[in-house]
Amino acid sequence: MSTTSTVSDLVSKPYQYGFVTDIETEKIDKGLSEDVVRLISAKKNEPAFLLAFRLKAFRQWLRMEEPQWAAVNHPEIDYQNIIYYAAPKQQEKKASLDEVDPKLLETFEKLGIPLSEQKRLSNVAVDAVFDSVSIATTYREKLAEHGVVFCSISEAVKDHPELIERYLGSVVPASDNYFTALNSAVFSDGSFVFIPKGVECPMELSTYFRINSGDTGQFERTLIIAEEGASVSYLEGCTAPMFDTNQLHAAVVELVALDDASIKYSTVQNWYAGDESGKGGIYNFVTKRGHCRGDRSKISWTQVETGSAITWKYPSCVLQGADSVGEFYSVALTNNRQQADTGTKMIHVGPRTRSTIVSKGISAGHSSNSYRGLVQIGPKAVGAKNYSQCDSMLIGDQAAANTYPYIRSQQPESTVEHEASTCRISADQLFYLQSRGIGFEEAVSMMVSGFCRDVFNQLPMEFAAEADKLLALKLEGSVG
Amino acid sequence: MIRPDADLLLDIVDLHATVADQPILKGVNLSIRAGEIHAVMGRNGSGKSTLSKVLAGHPAYSVTAGSVRYRGSDLLDLDPEQRARIGLFLGFQYPVEIPGVSNLEFLRVATNARRGELGKEELDTFAFEDVVRDRLKVVQMDAAFLERSVNEGFSGGEKKRNEILQMALLEPVVAILDETDSGLDIDALRIVAGGVNQLATPDNATLLITHYQRLLDVITPDFVHVMAAGRILRTGGKELALELEERGYDWVDQELAVLEVA
Ligand SMILES: Nc1ncnc2c1ncn2[C@@H]1O[C@H](COP(=O)(O)OP(=O)(O)OP(=O)(O)O)[C@@H](O)[C@H]1O
Ligand SMILES: [Mg+2]
Repeated sequence: MSTTSTVSDLVSKPYQYGFVTDIETEKIDKGLSEDVVRLISAKKNEPAFLLAFRLKAFRQWLRMEEPQWAAVNHPEIDYQNIIYYAAPKQQEKKASLDEVDPKLLETFEKLGIPLSEQKRLSNVAVDAVFDSVSIATTYREKLAEHGVVFCSISEAVKDHPELIERYLGSVVPASDNYFTALNSAVFSDGSFVFIPKGVECPMELSTYFRINSGDTGQFERTLIIAEEGASVSYLEGCTAPMFDTNQLHAAVVELVALDDASIKYSTVQNWYAGDESGKGGIYNFVTKRGHCRGDRSKISWTQVETGSAITWKYPSCVLQGADSVGEFYSVALTNNRQQADTGTKMIHVGPRTRSTIVSKGISAGHSSNSYRGLVQIGPKAVGAKNYSQCDSMLIGDQAAANTYPYIRSQQPESTVEHEASTCRISADQLFYLQSRGIGFEEAVSMMVSGFCRDVFNQLPMEFAAEADKLLALKLEGSVG
Repeated sequence: MIRPDADLLLDIVDLHATVADQPILKGVNLSIRAGEIHAVMGRNGSGKSTLSKVLAGHPAYSVTAGSVRYRGSDLLDLDPEQRARIGLFLGFQYPVEIPGVSNLEFLRVATNARRGELGKEELDTFAFEDVVRDRLKVVQMDAAFLERSVNEGFSGGEKKRNEILQMALLEPVVAILDETDSGLDIDALRIVAGGVNQLATPDNATLLITHYQRLLDVITPDFVHVMAAGRILRTGGKELALELEERGYDWVDQELAVLEVA
């Protein structure tokens, strides 16, 4: 019977964002040294405190070693064989989009992210990052009317240095791990969001990351601050061209929520995953952490991970404020030779803090998909509650799924609940749908999106349909 | 209703099929014309469900000999979804549960697949709700079942009603109902049978697979077939079912023994 093999054929649709934009790029030489760190900082005319931050991180990095504990395998990364800064040759960021190189606008349009005034998404402000720099941010004036700052981190360094100095590295210290140290030393750009006290951000904010150059690493840095009573919903999207060498992406995202603030951070990740044999693709080593600093604050992570050769990513929440809430909703789809080791950490510090974890892993082909989660309840977290649910779906019989839940509680008056399940798409379920006139591909995609529904429901409305389509696309192909 | 000049909808000739390399169907012959109701009976394991799944195109079963023509053209060449779209319907003996897939959305996609084939326009969510509410009456089913996942946690009888609801929506030309009566309480049996009768027209046909006379009391078959060891051993009118009810299947063994010798 051929059902399983046909399902696996199906999940290998060619990657449609694999094109390269032919644009003149300014790159520095390959390799990493203290001079390179100084050069990046100088190119960006950074204040002294930031150069000091970078240099300290770099020195820490030199003393650290790459972590080995994740359930992923890859050939050793040669950090001297990577370019740490690449930017399209268009020096200053343009005040008006009309002045942006049309090739860049065209690239983003092709990716489904129109930036031009007439075509842009209504009610979504977009920051477009191309290789190492932000090239355009839409709706800035409208946001400014509400006191909301949404710009690239380089601009924030110039315009709001006091906020950067105060918050950068305050959630994820440079020394947190090998990749955060590396990022802190060489990060080139990323997005910055500041929502002042009492303001509900009037539109969705979104950053779109595009890696274009072949031998460049991408090290972006995102910082989102919601002051007392503020709220924001932010979405990040990513794609990259197809190269047959692996590319390194090591980002850091920091979120800060003060009293009664809420931040919703969604990711739809579709980096290039490499080919069937595992050649090429992005190594995605990302550190994302939110700090519920204030009482009753809330941070919610939603992620849909479909690309990358390797995903190593654990968006986390430090629940410090009393009654603060952390959430993690994740769909990770792996196929072919992809490896994903992803999950979350919920660190309950304050009393009555609550967290919810819903993880859905889908593995097809020869891929491996691991959930790794930590729920930690500290001694002061009286009445803390966690609920975790980890479901795995296997497609075919060559794929692997693992669940590693770690629970550490130092507070007897707390509750931690964990549920896990594994299912396989059965031939009889597919046949049932087919026998009602539903095509094989659509049947698979209905079952997969049904499996993911709890997570998709968390995405901002504009993107829930996108995510559904993305998974369907990943599942589309020839029916054998 | 038997009309010898009615269109031949399904024509099964000398059908042989295997599953997991085991021969199960060993020469089935059966012709079904428009307007007819057929009943297939037979012992457990005689091959009734196998026949229905082969007709619907289940990938686990391989046809090794014989032919099936549906309204004059080859049926076995088509994918299962294509068979459904042109009007073949199988009500399953054991409908599977599909967690996470909304019953309402499933019914809508299925209905639209059939409508597309008939050249009718696609129904959007709102238009479909009206249609489905109307069809729910046929099976006297509560609209709450639409909000749940396909068959998930449905009781045995609820699953069977959901099958008839699908039949009511898809308006098939040939409906094969595999033990749709099993597991139904008396009221449910009457409702399901009423639904089947309501949906029967001079242009379509029904093949009922059943073990019980009580279903045939409420849906009167034009033909009754007895299946044994992968073939149709005997065909008669509705009185054959009554005879089986009285005599059981012991006589089948003798007839089979004769066949083996021949
Ligand atoms: N997938 C399978 N693998 C192995 N044997 C099978 C498979 N499917 C059916 N069979 C065998 O084929 C024979 C016929 O089964 P089938 O389900 O068609 O019987 P049935 O007449 O519908 O019986 P019942 O009245 O119990 O529903 C049985 O012996 C059964 O065990
Ligand atoms: Mg059966």
